[in-house]
Amino acid sequence: MTIADRWLLPDGMDEVLPPQATRMEALRRALLDLYHRFGYDLVLPPPVEFLDSLLTGTGTELDLQTFKLTDQMTGRMMGASADVTPQVARMDAHSLRREGPVRLCYCANVLRTKADKHQGGRSPVQVGAELFGHAGLEADHEILHLALTSLEQAGADELHLALGHIGIYRSLIAEAGMNTEHERELFAAIERKQYSALDALIERVVGDKVVADMLKALPHLHGDDEILAQARTAFAGAPVAVSSALDQLAALSQVVRERHPQVTLYFDLAELRGYEYHTGMVFAAYVPGYGQALAKGGRYDDTGRVFGRARPATGFSMDLKQLASLAVQTPACDGIWAPALNESALRECVDQLRISGERVIEALPGQTTGADAHRCNRELVRSDSGWQVVALQA
Amino acid sequence: MSKQLVVALSKGRILKETLPLLADAGIEPLEDLSKSRKLLFDTNIPDVKLVIIRATDVPTYVQLGAADLGIAGKDVLLEHGAEGLYEPLDLEIAKCQLMTAGVVGQQQQGARRRVATKFVDVARRYYAEQGIQAEVIKLYGAMELAPLMNLADEIVDIVDTGNTLRANGMEPRELITDISTRLVVNKAAMTMKHDRLKPLIDRLRQAVEARRKG
Repeated sequence: MTIADRWLLPDGMDEVLPPQATRMEALRRALLDLYHRFGYDLVLPPPVEFLDSLLTGTGTELDLQTFKLTDQMTGRMMGASADVTPQVARMDAHSLRREGPVRLCYCANVLRTKADKHQGGRSPVQVGAELFGHAGLEADHEILHLALTSLEQAGADELHLALGHIGIYRSLIAEAGMNTEHERELFAAIERKQYSALDALIERVVGDKVVADMLKALPHLHGDDEILAQARTAFAGAPVAVSSALDQLAALSQVVRERHPQVTLYFDLAELRGYEYHTGMVFAAYVPGYGQALAKGGRYDDTGRVFGRARPATGFSMDLKQLASLAVQTPACDGIWAPALNESALRECVDQLRISGERVIEALPGQTTGADAHRCNRELVRSDSGWQVVALQA
Repeated sequence: MSKQLVVALSKGRILKETLPLLADAGIEPLEDLSKSRKLLFDTNIPDVKLVIIRATDVPTYVQLGAADLGIAGKDVLLEHGAEGLYEPLDLEIAKCQLMTAGVVGQQQQGARRRVATKFVDVARRYYAEQGIQAEVIKLYGAMELAPLMNLADEIVDIVDTGNTLRANGMEPRELITDISTRLVVNKAAMTMKHDRLKPLIDRLRQAVEARRKG
């Protein structure tokens, strides 16, 4: 190893320097305070767990994303947490076992084996909130409101909210009754909105004309408000679950419009993100300049079943590092430059200032940098009446 | 600014066939692309820009949101993975086939097959599906040379007319997949700019359909 590569960090692992670290921490506190005011209790999931509990019913993607190591104590495989959500679901289902709705929030470092190109990182800081134990729309309202408020707090000024509902695809695919291989093909084509491949596949494998037409219409149903009306027409012959999903989306969008009038709404009824675990509404919030959603969430009922207690759940998560990049904030030049003298009057004065919340920096003997390099706009000077704070010349 | 649309186009053969399609959909560059060394072009629509890049870079630009939509061959998309992209339209241009090929009459021996290609991922997946253990060698061009120089047993490459293969004493063997040029769209762009993207995609679709009939 040469000196030149000693500083090199692994791909996708980054250090957060000032002032970004300060901004991240301020944002973390603001968000956790926000969740606290809504009654969300903070949980701190372990950074490493046994694989069996980490990867329950979450699909292969999370498996690939998880760094694995062997526990020397038991010989069992452990994984570094790549997504906090299943851990929090486990806490609700197994560790807490509380009655009624449970509100939990978290902010934790996670590790991922593959760098997400958008975020450029394998070590995001996942922050979010989950509401367990209530299957109603009111819980979804609360989660949507919290997610949007979080982004506004972080400084997002042009927000776009994409709303979808996994139940629509689920109902239609159950009606179609196709084998798993065709279903996988269909899923991939819908996910990518590959219209021509999709139409050809449906022609080939779906016998029922009504169901075929509905499946063909599904990936075209994305856009603004009109989509819901179009969907009502297109899915007139669909199972009742589909129309109830549309009702839910209409109600949710109504609330978002009232509470966040500046947010632009977008509907995508063929959004299939998180199909393995989502069961109801799904949402993603976008901001111009980011090629990927900044907040993702939705309903995932039945989540704790593998831990012995199936619970309805809804929630969202974000990457704090990404959120902190939404607004650039140069740290204020706000501090008091004080001489480092062993003098009790001075020390008392400095202590008092620090207790009152001031930032006081001692000028160490022989140091070559001055007050401005340490972002001080005032200094402590000796006067006839003792130590006094005076403004520094800019 | 946020409503600006950036279209990433693949350089080369695809570009020549793409421009008339774009023109039919109402987008025309303000200057002759072939006579300029610029990479970023204005169009007749003020906030629509074109970037002309290597075909293999198109999915990357669109995936990361540097371009809102892109035009690239299915071969490039397969090799890239194109995760998280929408692929709403087959432009039905620059059609060809992705195939394996080898020296005429030469039979495969040995358990391992050496395969030269620039489609490393596609080749690896294809041979695995066939139950053949393949050792994939990445090359950037002139695949046909590899078997002749005993660098590889087979190649995986785009076959259009097959003339280059024949001229080098080779024959096409198995079809991996049919290739044509596709329109890809960034997911975030579709969310935030759907009011502009959906009509544009529709116009392109009409242009493609008109060609198919004509």
